Amino acid sequence: MSDSRDAPSPGETPGAGGAAPGAPLLEIADLRVTFATGDGVARAVDGVDLAVQAGETVGLVGESGCGKSVTALAMLRLVEHPGHIAHGSRVRFEGRDLLALADRDIRAVRGNHLALIFQEPATALNPVLTVGSQIAEVIRTHQHGSRTEAKRHAVEMLRTVGIPDAEQRADSYAHQLSGGMRQRVLIAIALACRPHLVIADEPTTALDVTIQAEILELLDGLQRQMGMAVLLITHNLGLVAERTRRVYVMYAGQIVEEAGTEALFAAPLHPYTQGLMAAVPRLDQLRERLAAIPGQVPPATAWPGGCRFHPRCPFAWDRCRSEMPPLLDAGEGRKARCWLVEDEAHRGTDAPAHRGTDAPAHRNQHGEGGGAQ
Amino acid sequence: MRGLWARFRARRVAVVGLVVVVLLAVAALGAPLFAPADPLAQPDPVALQNQPPSPEHPLGTDRFSRDVMSRLLYGARVSLGIGAAAALLAAVIGAGVGVAAGLGSPLVDQLLMRGVDVALALPRVFLLLLVLALWEGAPAGVVIVLLAVTGWFQTSRVVRALVRRLREAEFVQAARALGTGRWGLVRRHLLPHLAPTVIVAATLDVGNIILLESGLSYLGLGIRPPAPSWGNMILDGKDQLLGTPWVAAAPGLALLVTVVAFNLLGDGLQDALDPRRER
Repeated sequence: MSDSRDAPSPGETPGAGGAAPGAPLLEIADLRVTFATGDGVARAVDGVDLAVQAGETVGLVGESGCGKSVTALAMLRLVEHPGHIAHGSRVRFEGRDLLALADRDIRAVRGNHLALIFQEPATALNPVLTVGSQIAEVIRTHQHGSRTEAKRHAVEMLRTVGIPDAEQRADSYAHQLSGGMRQRVLIAIALACRPHLVIADEPTTALDVTIQAEILELLDGLQRQMGMAVLLITHNLGLVAERTRRVYVMYAGQIVEEAGTEALFAAPLHPYTQGLMAAVPRLDQLRERLAAIPGQVPPATAWPGGCRFHPRCPFAWDRCRSEMPPLLDAGEGRKARCWLVEDEAHRGTDAPAHRGTDAPAHRNQHGEGGGAQ
Repeated sequence: MRGLWARFRARRVAVVGLVVVVLLAVAALGAPLFAPADPLAQPDPVALQNQPPSPEHPLGTDRFSRDVMSRLLYGARVSLGIGAAAALLAAVIGAGVGVAAGLGSPLVDQLLMRGVDVALALPRVFLLLLVLALWEGAPAGVVIVLLAVTGWFQTSRVVRALVRRLREAEFVQAARALGTGRWGLVRRHLLPHLAPTVIVAATLDVGNIILLESGLSYLGLGIRPPAPSWGNMILDGKDQLLGTPWVAAAPGLALLVTVVAFNLLGDGLQDALDPRRER
C-alpha cells in the first residue's frame, strides 16, 4: 500500500483531481432510466438532477420503488436489459461523463474511484470464494501488484474495518461470518481502493439496530479518515437526520425536494416529505393508528399526469392535476417540486377549500343523473 | 473439500460406483498387463474356437479363437476412452454455449437457444448413423467428436438457465460494480457455481455415450473389427448366444456394470455437490 494515500491532508480533497475547481465531485443531470416491460415503458428514473461535493455526505431518501437504487446503478452504468439509460442523461464524475466512457474506462472507475456498498450482506458476497480473495480481487482489478501483496492489503482492510483476527478471517467464507461482519467485509471491499465517492445503498437495512449503529460509526470514521464523499441511499429518515448534511427526497422517479438536512427536518416543503415525516412513529405521541400517506405509489408504467403526487396530496388543486411542477427554487439552497412553493397562498387555506367544493359538485352531478330517470 | 468427501462417502452406492469406475479405469489402462493374450491373435481358429472358460482363457474364446478376456480388457479402453472423451468434450461445448447464451445479448441468446431447440428435435441416433454410414471406417477421433457435438444440448440449456439466475445474483452485480470485467466474472464468479452441475451432467453422460457407442459398434458403424469394442464383441457373439453364451455375455455384463457404476457415481456427486446442502 502506498503510504502517500494513507494520511488525508485537510487541504486537498481527493475528488478534486481532473474536475474543474469548484465543480461538484458528482453531478447528475437529467438522468432518465426506462424499462421496457409487458405493461409498457416504465420510467423508473425520470429526470433526476443531483450533485455531491467532495467529502460531503448526502442523503437520497424515498420509498421502495421510487427509483433510488436504479439511480445508483445507472451512475455506474450497471442498468441491465431491459433497462435503458436515455440519451441526454449525464453523470459527470471528476470531470468525466461516465455515461459516455468506453467500457474499459468505466470499469476502471467502478470500485476504484466510485464504489457501491450493497444492501444485502448475505447475498452480495460470493458464497464460494473466501472474503479475503474477494477483497484482493478488487485490489488486483485496479492496482498493479502481486497476489501476495493484494492478499496482504486485503488483510489490512479487514483490520481497518474492525474485524478481529483479520488474518484468519480472510480465509473464511461468507456463511461463516455474522451479518455485521459481512457488512464490514462489504465495506472493506468498497473502500479497498480508497474511492472518492461511496454510494451506500441501504447499507444497514438488513442488520439489527445495534449492529446498524456500529456499522454507521465505522463508515463515519472511515469517511473522515479517507476524506471520501458518501451518497447514502435509504428509506430511513432517522439515518438521514443523523448522518447527512444535505438531502434529496425522491418520489416516483423524480427528485421532489432538495434541502440542507436541518432545514428539511425543521420545515419540509413538499407535501410528500411532510407525509414521510408524519409517518415516522414517535415515542412521545400516543396514537391510535400510525399515520400513513393515503393511497399507493403508482406503478412506474403509469405515472399520473401533472404533479405525480397529486392523487395522494391533501393540498392538490387544479393546477397540480394538469401541470407538472418543476423543481422550484425556495431560497436558501432549497428546492421543491411543488406549486405551493410558488403560490404560498394555497397552503392550508385555499387548497382544502377546493377539495371541499370539488367533491360535492361531483356528487351533485350523479344526483341529477339519478333524478332524471 | 473435506465436507464434500464426507457427504459423498455417506452414500454407500455412490462409493460402490466410484470403486467400480476406478477399477474399470485401472483395468483399461493396464490392459496390456492384465490381458492373458493378444486381443487380435487367432492362435488356432479351428481347434481353439469357442472354448468355454478355462484357467488358460478365463472367459473362453470366440469363434476366431481369440481370448475373450483380453478383448474385454482392450475393449474397455475403447468404451471408457470414447465415453470419457466425448462426455468431456460435450460438457465443454455445452458449458461454453450456455454461458454465451446466458450472458450474451437477447439476440445471441435467442439464436443459440432456438438452434438448440432445433438440434434437440433431431434424433441423435439418426444423425450418428447418417454420418457414420456415409463415412465408412471413420477413425475413433471422429466418433468421439460426433458423439460430443450431438450431445451437449441439454447441458447448454441447464447452464444457460443457471447463468441467467446467477447474473441476477447480487454478488455478480457487486462484482460488476467493482469493475470486474466480463472474463473475470465468468472465471471467478460463474464457473465455480456451474462446475457441480456440469460435472454431474458429464458423469451421467459417460454411461449414455458408452451405451450409444456400443450400439453403433453393434451395428458395425462404430469401432471397426478386428479392433475390440464391447459393442462389436456383442455383435460377434450374438449368433451363438445359445451355444457359446460367454462371447456376448462378457461384454454385455461389462457394459451393464459400467453404465450402472457411472450413474451411481453421477447421482452421488449430485447429492454431494448440491450447493443447497453446502454449509
